Amino acid sequence: MNPAMNAGLNAGMAPVGTPWFFYVLAGLAVASGLAVITRRNAVHSALALIVTLLSVACFYLMLYAPFVAGVQIIVYAGGIMVLFLFVIMLVNIERSSKDRQFNRMWPVGLAAACALLALFLGALAKGKALLNDPITGKALWPDPVNKLAESSNTQQVAAMLYGDGGRMGEYTFAFEIASLLLLVAILGAVIMTKKKI
Amino acid sequence: MLTAFMSYLGSEVSPGVAGNQLWALIYVLIIFAGVSVAVICMNWLERKALAHFQVRLGPMRVGPHGLLQPIADALKLMLKEDIIPAQADQFVFWVAPLIGLLAAFTVYTVIPFGPSQAVSDMNIGILFMLGVSSLGVLGIVVAGWASNSHYPLIGALRSSAQMVSYEVAMGLAVISAILMTSLNTSGTGTLSMIGIVQAQQQQGIWFLFKFFPLGLIAFAIFAIAMVAEVNRTPFDLAEAESELTAGFHTEYSGLRWSLFMLAEYAAMIAVSSIAVTLWVGGWMRPFPNLLHAPAWDFIFSMFPGLTFGGLAAIAFIGTVRMPSHSFFRIQRIGLAVFAALLGFLALFLLFVAVVGHFASAGVALPVALPPKAADFLRAIARFSDGIDYVYWFVLKVAVFMYLFIWYRATWPRYRFDQLMKVGWKVLLPISLGVLILTAAVGVIVS
Repeated sequence: MNPAMNAGLNAGMAPVGTPWFFYVLAGLAVASGLAVITRRNAVHSALALIVTLLSVACFYLMLYAPFVAGVQIIVYAGGIMVLFLFVIMLVNIERSSKDRQFNRMWPVGLAAACALLALFLGALAKGKALLNDPITGKALWPDPVNKLAESSNTQQVAAMLYGDGGRMGEYTFAFEIASLLLLVAILGAVIMTKKKI
Repeated sequence: MLTAFMSYLGSEVSPGVAGNQLWALIYVLIIFAGVSVAVICMNWLERKALAHFQVRLGPMRVGPHGLLQPIADALKLMLKEDIIPAQADQFVFWVAPLIGLLAAFTVYTVIPFGPSQAVSDMNIGILFMLGVSSLGVLGIVVAGWASNSHYPLIGALRSSAQMVSYEVAMGLAVISAILMTSLNTSGTGTLSMIGIVQAQQQQGIWFLFKFFPLGLIAFAIFAIAMVAEVNRTPFDLAEAESELTAGFHTEYSGLRWSLFMLAEYAAMIAVSSIAVTLWVGGWMRPFPNLLHAPAWDFIFSMFPGLTFGGLAAIAFIGTVRMPSHSFFRIQRIGLAVFAALLGFLALFLLFVAVVGHFASAGVALPVALPPKAADFLRAIARFSDGIDYVYWFVLKVAVFMYLFIWYRATWPRYRFDQLMKVGWKVLLPISLGVLILTAAVGVIVS
């Protein structure tokens, strides 16, 4: 390895055009999210939802969490949305497009959404104030510098979920409980579809 | 620009890992062109091989032995009228082929043609490949729905049900191969495609033969599921021509239809390369640990040149054996030129292999070389290595591609309930059992 190549290697590891990608992806996610609820045709909504899910997967990539991004693509975009489309295609589109799109409770939903937005903005403002405070420091936010290296992310996720070197992982118990819950749901689905077991 | 171009030369890692966008783009273009050419070759080969399976001649008219038939087909498809049915959902109808094509080609970013001959090496390589290739089904489903016609809709429904069922068995088979990577000296497994091949290199065995017969069973399950994943016979229920006219692409014509075909063949190459990477040792030549002497390296590096030499010889024999009627004159000249091109390619590859061997073996030369020439020799040695890697990878993939044709000529189509039964009641339990056994054996061994 010559030094010039080494320099190129190090320079290349820095992320490129991060704000640009963030704003493009954020715009895409919000626009397609709006399209999900405003389209009259359910298949169009489902397609818009796929775009939303994929842009969220890209956000995970930008946050140096490639494993979560990959799982998001496999589970949501590849698995669940195909099942969604499978069901939607069997629905009579002509009839459902004549139905009223929003029910009468939409002002309540809007108010709730605005309250949530206000909460987020308040937390953001407070967090910024705390960040600038010399005494408390970065109290409300985790360290903005990423600690997980992209190249060992999967291994670190595994260590947290399953433990490392005979020691129980940070989230092993919660993870196993969640898997038990899913197992119960699977068994329930099987029992509900089978008339005779 | 020039420094960015030159700085990557001689690098030991893929351009994506080195962070060199220019070379990543060059690799993307090379792979895109290579895959498109491979699809064209595959098109010709499939028609010829199927014809010979059925004791027919296949395409013979356009060019010698129909060699120019794919080009004629492509021209025909581009010039054909592009029809969008009046009742179709215009936008979705338009976007559906692009979804399939995009998913099929995005997968190629992580396929390792060699230790550094890949666009990028992701930490989640195999996960990314499975995820993105599973997006391809969205193109089929959406195309069938947007056509607003009965047969395409049935084809799309079948395709989505089939894809969801076979993905499960496929994923479990892949996991049992990934478990085997954790038996390295370092003790941690990997999802990176390059890492998986390197694990096989370290352990000195293809995962196909690891924990015999567990690796073999997992591979067999993947080999069955991957045929279902790309909608090929005997699992081509989505386009069953005897029942559904043409299935999901009944309403498509011209260029759009050819995009579906391009996506299908690109996806076939992609899943074959997953199988090659996971179980058949990726870019490694046969017996790298038994026959590891430099002489063996040299002998195996002659293979690419000899392959093209053989192809040139076949083309030359075809030229000689062509009937001596004036009708065949242009064809004969064309085939002779083709044979000459193949021969020159073979000579070039042999030359590179020989020079590369002597450059890497470090033979003492009578005169001291200037530093520039020494650099150049080293570059040729690396180039020769790269050709070897790509050659063995492509050869293994080509075997799988031939199997796809062979299946199509041999087996009748499954009925839909049989398909579901095979997926859920045979493949899934077996793959679960193999996964558990692999984990148990792995724990005992380590």
